[in-house]
Amino acid sequence: VASKCDCTLKLMFLSFGTWAVDKGNFKTCEQSAFCKRQRALKPGESPYRALLETMELTNTRLTLQLINDNNKVRLLLELYRLQGNITRVKINELKPLKPRYEVPDVLIREPTTEPLSVLSQDENGVVLSLGVESQRVIISARPFRLDIMEGSDVLMSLNSRGLLAFEHLRMQKVEDGMWEETFKSHTDSKPNGPSAVSLDFSLPGVEHVYGIPEHADTLRLKTTDNGDPYRLYNLDVFQYELYNPMALYGSVPVMVAHSAQRTTGIFWLNAAETWVDISSNTGSSETPQTDVRWISESGIIDVFIMLGPTPKDVFSQYASLTGTQSFPPLASLGYHQCRWNYNDQEDVKSVDAGFDEHDIPYDFIWLDIEHTDGKRYFTWDPHKFATPKEMLQGLMDKKRKMVAIVDPHIKVDSNYKIHNEIRTLGFYVKNKDGGDYEGWCWPGSASYPDFTRADMRAWWASMFAYDQYEGTMENLYTWNDMNEPSVFNGPEVTMHKDAMHGSWEHRDIHNLYGLYVQMATAEGLIQRSGGVERPFVLTRAFFAGSQRIGAVWTGDNAAEWDHLKISIPMCLSMGLVGISFCGADIGGFFKSPSTELLVRWYQAGAYQPFYRAHAHLDTPRREPWLFGPENTALIREAVRQRYTFLPYWYQLFYRAHVTGEPVMRPLWVEYPQDLATFALEDEYLIGRDLLVHPVVEEGARGVTAYLPGKDEVWFDVHTFQKHNGAQNLYIPVTMSSIPVFQRGGSIIPRKLRVRRSSTCMEHDPYTLYVALNLQRTADGELYIDDGHTFNYEKKEFIYRKLTFANKVLSSVNLAPDAKFTTDSWIERIIVLGASKPSKVTLKTADGQEKQLEFDFDASMSVLTVRKPGMNAGADWTVTFQ
Amino acid sequence: VGFLLLLLLSVGVSAVEVQRPRGVPLSKRQFYEEGKPFTCLDGSRNIPFDRVNDDYCDCQDGSDEPGTAACPNGSFHCTNAGFRPTFIPSSRINDGICDCCDTTDEYNSGATCQNTCRELGRKERESLQKMAEIAKEGFLLKQQLIHEAKMGLEDKKAKLGDVQGSKKDMEAKVEALRTVKESAEQPEREAKERHLKAWEGKLRFKSISPSTVCNEHDITGSLVSFKLNIKYCLILISNADTPAPEETSREEINEPVSDNESDQYPDDDIPEDEDDDDEEDEDDDRDEHDYKIPPTARTEEKKDDDEGAMPPYDQETQNLIDGKNAFKTENLEKEISFDFGPSSEFAYLYSQCYELTTSEYIYRLCPFNRVTQKSKFGGSETNLGSWGKWAGPEDSIYSVMKYEHGTGCWQGPSRSTTVKLTCGKETVVMSTSEPSRCEYLMEFTSPAVCQEPPSLEISSHEHQEL
Repeated sequence: VASKCDCTLKLMFLSFGTWAVDKGNFKTCEQSAFCKRQRALKPGESPYRALLETMELTNTRLTLQLINDNNKVRLLLELYRLQGNITRVKINELKPLKPRYEVPDVLIREPTTEPLSVLSQDENGVVLSLGVESQRVIISARPFRLDIMEGSDVLMSLNSRGLLAFEHLRMQKVEDGMWEETFKSHTDSKPNGPSAVSLDFSLPGVEHVYGIPEHADTLRLKTTDNGDPYRLYNLDVFQYELYNPMALYGSVPVMVAHSAQRTTGIFWLNAAETWVDISSNTGSSETPQTDVRWISESGIIDVFIMLGPTPKDVFSQYASLTGTQSFPPLASLGYHQCRWNYNDQEDVKSVDAGFDEHDIPYDFIWLDIEHTDGKRYFTWDPHKFATPKEMLQGLMDKKRKMVAIVDPHIKVDSNYKIHNEIRTLGFYVKNKDGGDYEGWCWPGSASYPDFTRADMRAWWASMFAYDQYEGTMENLYTWNDMNEPSVFNGPEVTMHKDAMHGSWEHRDIHNLYGLYVQMATAEGLIQRSGGVERPFVLTRAFFAGSQRIGAVWTGDNAAEWDHLKISIPMCLSMGLVGISFCGADIGGFFKSPSTELLVRWYQAGAYQPFYRAHAHLDTPRREPWLFGPENTALIREAVRQRYTFLPYWYQLFYRAHVTGEPVMRPLWVEYPQDLATFALEDEYLIGRDLLVHPVVEEGARGVTAYLPGKDEVWFDVHTFQKHNGAQNLYIPVTMSSIPVFQRGGSIIPRKLRVRRSSTCMEHDPYTLYVALNLQRTADGELYIDDGHTFNYEKKEFIYRKLTFANKVLSSVNLAPDAKFTTDSWIERIIVLGASKPSKVTLKTADGQEKQLEFDFDASMSVLTVRKPGMNAGADWTVTFQ
Repeated sequence: VGFLLLLLLSVGVSAVEVQRPRGVPLSKRQFYEEGKPFTCLDGSRNIPFDRVNDDYCDCQDGSDEPGTAACPNGSFHCTNAGFRPTFIPSSRINDGICDCCDTTDEYNSGATCQNTCRELGRKERESLQKMAEIAKEGFLLKQQLIHEAKMGLEDKKAKLGDVQGSKKDMEAKVEALRTVKESAEQPEREAKERHLKAWEGKLRFKSISPSTVCNEHDITGSLVSFKLNIKYCLILISNADTPAPEETSREEINEPVSDNESDQYPDDDIPEDEDDDDEEDEDDDRDEHDYKIPPTARTEEKKDDDEGAMPPYDQETQNLIDGKNAFKTENLEKEISFDFGPSSEFAYLYSQCYELTTSEYIYRLCPFNRVTQKSKFGGSETNLGSWGKWAGPEDSIYSVMKYEHGTGCWQGPSRSTTVKLTCGKETVVMSTSEPSRCEYLMEFTSPAVCQEPPSLEISSHEHQEL
């Protein structure tokens, strides 16, 4: 579900009939005291000076004191060189009145450091070698600034505009907005007073910056000079508006900067409310430069500067810090059918039957909040879902699965076991006066478990055990919604910042809360299976590191064409900062889509990572077969295309899990020098080899797709028509068109025997699509495992390299130490851009040779090899003579 | 092993399998001739016979792989001896899920399927038999209904004729009475006002939340109490700062809905307003005939069960109101104008109501009038739609009723109900559901939809394929 409205009747009616967000419910920078204060600082000479005499250099780090000449408060600067071309800069008060919050649990480990060495030093500064190539850091003393250089190029400068600010903790005195702040009817007591931190970064040569999700905005971030900064503060925004910098449900404080020369990244590790200003000198005659400024309400400055130089280097650098995408169960890459709400077991059964009747595959059916007994999570409505195991067994009999929602707000009800235990254990978040924090959410009065506590998370995880969470079976998975957290009657529909998590304020940890909820839930699913099964948990709120846990969706969108369009840049932005498993509600959550919009959304969604239809409680039903046989057929075809590509999706997720590369990626990631790709957001790549330009315009007659690569060719995956790269290609479209192209030079394994769920297709044979480039070569991969357990970690998988060169297609083992067997075999090889061979010979590992029959379509240059039949896990070659 | 043996035995005794490739129906057997090249059924190409069912799709139309999952558009024929033969998409072959009751679709998946055809066949025969019996009895009842409806209609037409015959007479009377009425209305108005004030006084001492009083559907039947409610609502709204109800149309004003604020006025004592008087007429009509319909869940329609409505007027006021209502004829005309089916077999439903109680709600279907829902735990009644039209498919228009324009939903449409009618001996609401927000579905049985049962025996397809 989702949010939904402010819960008072009054506000509900105020928003009646309008579909835009009520902006008045959310703060502008001007209304957020620390942002206003910090933004009032203008670039100029920094009051900070580096005290070079305090410099200490050890094997692992350099420390140095900074002094603010205005107030004499000293800061401690720590500088680290991290493995993999990353520089970490940490700034804290030298002697804070009390400790300031440092974000735990986001870095996967204490990063490995590399030695720094002093190249030169005088009274004006220090030059340090960063070890790699000719990279250096120059620390200037007066005013303090850092410049990261490579050769004679400045890659990035810190505090070059003098916007380093560090509000030190102090004894109370009255200053406006510093010790108390009021927004609407809510007062924030701010017992610690001002504590904001801020720092500026200059990026010479950069005109394109990306990332810092979640915003409903363009892929390429805009300058913020004439409006609010981009805001990172996890919020349940009712009916969010597009193309603006307002905060949404999740935050990843990572920005990626890209130019034709280099890609870099900035990871600002701070979980408090954060604002990001971007300005640029584009249009002036100077060297292009982008200036960025980060402002957070509390905590410290802890920033990781990822120096690339390629996009993929930045992905692996960020992954080395916060981890990679979790490897999802294969079935979760199939189609998900959701609605707020499937009413009862009978309803679930009939929707399930509807998919069979209309021969549309699906893997998961979802239950929103109404399935519970009065919004008490971990329970079932005793009338509507009286025998959940019977229902789950029914789905299991068809090799299908279910997801039920578990939100983090717990109904305050002394007859509710979960509530009683959490209260007894003292696990709730506390209000500023020390009592259990209470807010208003779906169940009415609710309290919020303190997920920042490891012991609380362990307890929560234990609640997913089959004997605790009654009525559950192994094909039931979980959805965490409302975990920003959403508090209907709280400031900005979230928790009061002066609520307490142990000794830390909610202010300090806010953006982390949602990550912890999903983390504890996923741990519960792992534990209930004895550590064997991979979990699947969908979350709405997220933070840096959430990619390690599960899937994310773009929250409560609307059935509008612009919402369909924005789903692309929103998921691309997440992918750039590690979160690959992203999707938008197919059809749009609020409102009712036109049939055309619904069909187009199914088509676009079929080529996005997380593929789930969802709808608001108040909308008419929209199961795929409710719009006449023609549209049912169109939707069926879109979903079937998704299923044929599941082997490719799955191996891309495996790669994302290993390398941190995004599954769905902007074109510039693969064509980093092609300026034409830098702002593209109406098309994208899946992996390296599929280019998708979905139809997202009402009444479209055609789309213009940009096909990159000067010496490349692209093949329409439906017609096999060949197109040259480096051109804008106009493609006429009908309602059945989904423009998708396979890159010449790639091999994509597909399964064409689409069945009613992905699990039913487990043992089915593969068809290899070999798309030749101009050099008449191609390569690809094939990854196979059991699809659902952690056994791949024990090397139980098949990972093969497929290569076509010199008229020979071969399969070579990429992981000789891994072992897994499959029943799947190769039933067909389709070579695109082929010439006609005289004979085709299969040679298997045992030396046996066999002539293969083939069919050649001269008009399209498509060669189809009939039933080679070798096992998908074996070594083999096919020679085309 | 035992199971297999049993299976073989049963096949052995009951039939001789006609040789043909797996998944081919008997009707297409001639196209699959062993040893001869196979022509795809769409004629697109010829292939050697050994490529039929060789687990590779050669024909565009999927016809070369009737028994494997190789073709994306293929279909597999299950013989299902003992039950009904059927086609399944070939993607369901060997997917580990038992689809054919004769287990033939899972010949190589390791799934352990039980042959359930005989059991299914038996159940189906039983249920068909049962349905036939019901249809038979229902159809007899229907004949009776048709007969009675005919009589009733004639009677009503006669009545209407009488009334219209003396229309002139009446008009004269009306004119005469208008003068009387006008002078009589002065005391009525005064009496009503007196009454209203007294009632308001009472209400003031009760705690009533705006939501229970001010919902748009919460307007009681009489204009007087409507005004009262509106006024009271306005007070509550201005106090509670809640929005005013949407403008209420004349129909809604007339729409009587209960409000259970108080139990102190038993139903019987509640005075009739205009509509209620009309119903008295209908009640009388109904009483003249005995439809011999089992009285399951049947309730007299009481539109006036407004428990929280204003207490009765005093006798003087009541007489004045009654006096005003004595000149109505529209109701008869209205009833006659309804489409009660080709032979008026649905006429008996008019002015009846049928209830179904679920775990949370009491649903009430008053055919040709409206559908309502009321929480078991109190609260007001919600209109799920007023009679709209017959809405069945072309060949059976009288199998579905549509009730429309019920209470509006927040950010949604107004509530509506689809009533699906099936043949039954009794007239009963079988189930209700809300498949989509504010769109209700009701299953309703009635003898009036029973078709004449075919006199033939229930035939099973048991032997067709054997």
